[in-house]
This record gives sequence, structure tokens and C-alpha cells, in this order.
Amino acid sequence: MAETHSLQDLRQAAVASKVFVQRDYTSGTICKFQTKFPAELESRIDKQQFEETMQTLNNLYAEAEKLGGRSYLEGCLACLTAYTIFLCMETHYEKVLKKIAKYIQEQNEKIFAPLGLLLTDPIERGLRVVSFPTSKHHAGRSVPWLDCH
Amino acid sequence: MSAVMISRKVTRKWEKLPGKNTFCCDGRVMMARQKGVFYLTLFLIIGTCSLFFAFECPYLAVHLSPAIPVFAVLLFVFVMAMLLRTSFSDPGVLPRALPEEANFIEMEIEAANGNVLAGQRPPPRIKNVQINNQIVKLKYCYTCKIFRPPRASHCSICDNCVDRFDHHCPWVGNCVGKRNYRYFYLFTLSLSLLTIYIFAFDIVHVVLRSVDSGFVNTIKETPGTVLEVLVCFFTLWSVVGLTGFHTYLISLNQTTNEDIKGSWSGKNRVQNPYSHKNIFKNCCEVLCGPAYPSVLDRRGVMLEDSSSPAPSDASAASTNKGSNPVSQTTKSSAPLIPNEHTPDEAKPGIGAGTQKSASSPKDEKPPSPTSPNAVAPGVIKESTH
Repeated sequence: MAETHSLQDLRQAAVASKVFVQRDYTSGTICKFQTKFPAELESRIDKQQFEETMQTLNNLYAEAEKLGGRSYLEGCLACLTAYTIFLCMETHYEKVLKKIAKYIQEQNEKIFAPLGLLLTDPIERGLRVVSFPTSKHHAGRSVPWLDCH
Repeated sequence: MSAVMISRKVTRKWEKLPGKNTFCCDGRVMMARQKGVFYLTLFLIIGTCSLFFAFECPYLAVHLSPAIPVFAVLLFVFVMAMLLRTSFSDPGVLPRALPEEANFIEMEIEAANGNVLAGQRPPPRIKNVQINNQIVKLKYCYTCKIFRPPRASHCSICDNCVDRFDHHCPWVGNCVGKRNYRYFYLFTLSLSLLTIYIFAFDIVHVVLRSVDSGFVNTIKETPGTVLEVLVCFFTLWSVVGLTGFHTYLISLNQTTNEDIKGSWSGKNRVQNPYSHKNIFKNCCEVLCGPAYPSVLDRRGVMLEDSSSPAPSDASAASTNKGSNPVSQTTKSSAPLIPNEHTPDEAKPGIGAGTQKSASSPKDEKPPSPTSPNAVAPGVIKESTH
């Protein structure tokens, strides 16, 4: 009996263990994520902190996709070399993606891991969602086979 | 134990990707399944240019200028580079939703739709989004289990959702989407120039030679000319027309797909919210915008269940580096929460908003697939990168 109760808990935990923050398309097709605080995270993290993280991410993506002198120069130069220059050089976007990966790692280490959360890099989901899987080490769900005895 | 692990071949993510693409060079090259027309394109371009270099160039280099063959070579190299770049690159495929994300979206949809009485049709899965003060509808893709971003569409031939989907081009053997549209445009543009160039110099060559030796002798000496002129003549109309059409689309920041469906035309329709209303700005964005990375991690190494800790490969296309937590999802073949609202998805690979392929004048319907290089679309293991 106690075993089945714990399995049910685990299943519920599995369903609720990931929170997905979707893309915000109100500014067009640029990469931007919603900064609206999801209800599932209410008890887990400070709203201010969450919004700050999402805003920084959005700013970084905006920097990657910015249409300005630099991107035009890169585009024209690449065109003149029949795009072979990308075999040796990293694109501006890729450089910013590295920055973003580093930022997410920092945030996870400093802020999210202590709270039992983990922010996954949106590039792993095709730049469609930011997901917050809850860490397995989060206190609250004890291992079921320990419960029975 | 270690001897066995060393001899095991590393499985890369491209081997498990759903969709009907074929991959070459260990995941570096990505194309559609039907490549017959692509080989024809290659043959026509290389064949015609070879004839030009063999028959016309020696004469023209001597009698007119050596710059003529040099420029032809440069143009030829550029055309080939653009063609191969268009054909071999990821057009902007959106990875399918993993089971957890699919469930999450499913729950959201049910929450939004509320209770549907039994026997009633469930409402269509559409999200409304306001972009630049216009309401745009985002459709749900039943195959990929995601709400398609604006301008994305599902290609039924490749069975993928592609971002900023333009069309599926059998001549290049790939979809044309966000990531390779500019290469496609430059290919058609440079091919137009090459065709005009070869056609013009063929005429010049025939005229010059005929003055010396007479027309019939000229044709006897350089029989390739006739073939070249024929190919160029027919190619001219189609390729130049296509270039013109795409120039028009670019200046309006529209895709072929939107043009066919008439998304932004007509009186009661929404105006194009993506256009900058400035031809120059639109052209700059499409042709000189940032080079988007591929979000499909094709060359990343699949982590086996017995966890051989091979780090993901640093390829040019992928930026998915080391420190990412990988959730070991189970082999789920039924990602949706099944209920009586799940619509009839009998047709494989064709979602709610499947688009037809190309609209351009000379594009033909590709033949039905013959190569069984399929990965079962239902298995969503750790593969949707």
C-alpha cells in the first residue's frame, strides 16, 4: 500500500517536474522568451530573479540577431568569399550562443541549483522553449523503497 | 569490458532523427530523400560549363580576351558553391517536441479548450499572437507536437517543420528555409548570370567564327555549341524568371509559401507584419542578416543507456556544447496523453497545416520515395535535437 502511494507521488512528480517557458512572438520572429512568471514556479523561486534571468537571455539573443553594421559586414564579406570563410571563422551568432551557454551555466551554479532547479539551454530544444526541470536531489520526495521500511 | 566498449561504433544523433532526410559524411550533409532531380541539375550545369570550356574558351581567349574564361570559371565556382551550400545544409528544421514538452503543451491546450462535449468536434488547435499590431495564428503541428513559430511550415516531403519555410525545391534536393534561403537566392542569381554569360559568348563565338570559316563549318568544328545554346535558352526563361520572382519576394519580405497561400494579400487579410516597409531594409535583412545556427545537433553523440561518457562533437553546425544535463527519457512512442479529443492522425507525416511543395514554374513533383532510409517518426528518444 505504502509502495503504491509512493509510486503515485513519483508519477505526479514526474509530470510536474518540468516547467516550459515558451517563446514570445509579439515582436516578430526574433528569438525572445516570455518573461511572464509561470505559476508552477511560484513557491520555488523569486519572481524578480526569474524575470531578470529571462530578460538577460532575451537581451543576449537580441544581440545575436541584431541587424546592424556588423552583421551586414559579416554577410557581405562572407558572400564575397562564397561563404567559405565560415569554414575557418565562427559566426557572430555562434559566438553569442557560447556566451549564452556560459551565462546559463553560471546562473545554474549560483542561483538555480541551490533551489533545486535547473535551467536548460534553449538551443537544446530548438530555441523553442526554456525548460526548468526540477533536480532529482530536491528534498520532498524520498526514495520510495526507503519509505516502506 | 573496456575492449568491448572501444570496438563499439559511436552513434551520432543524426542516425536517430525523425523525418525523411538523408544524411551523408557522418551527419555533416543533410538532404531530402529524392535526389534524382538534383543530380540532373548538377549534370546540366557541369556538362554545359565543360562544353563551354572545351569548345568556346580556347577560341575566345585567343581572339578576344583571356579574361573571358577566367570570369566564367569564377562564376562557375560560385554557382557550384551556392548550389552545394543550399543542398547540403539544414534549412532550419525545428526539432520535434520531446514527450515531456508534448505533454505540457497538450495540457495547456486542454486547459484552454475547456470541456468539449462528447460527439462534438474539438476546436482547432490554434494560438493567436499579436505581432506588430496584427493578429497572426500559430497552428499546432500534429506530427512534431509543437505550435509552429510564425512563418514556419511543415514540409510533407521531408516530414519536418522548417522555420521560415519557403518551398521544397527538387532541383536542389532540399527544403528552402531560413538558414539556406540566401544561398538559394544567390544560386539562382548567379546561375542566371552564368546562363546569360554562356549564351551571349556562344553567340559571339559562332558569329566570329562564321565570319572566318562560314556557319556550317563552325558548327562542325564546335558541335558542343548547339547543345549549349539549347540548354541555355530553355534554362534562361525559367531561372531568370525564378530570380525575378524571388527578388520580388525578398523586397517584400515574403516567403513563397505565404505568396501561394495569399497570407498577406487580399482586402480582408492581415498585412505582412514582418516587412520593414522599406525595400532596402527587407533585402538587407534577408540577404545580409545574421547566419542562423542549426538547432539540430546532428553530430552530437547519442548517450547510450549504459552511459559511455563521450562528449558531443564540436561541429560547425552545432553549438550544443558539453555541460548540458541530458534527461534519459524512455523510448516513448505515444507522447500524447491519449483521450477522446485526440484527432484522427491517420495520415503519416501530414499535420494540420501541411504545405504543398514548390510553386516556381519549372518545379516538378518529385517521384515517390524508393530508398528505405526511414527513421520511424513515432520514436522520440533523445533524438529531437
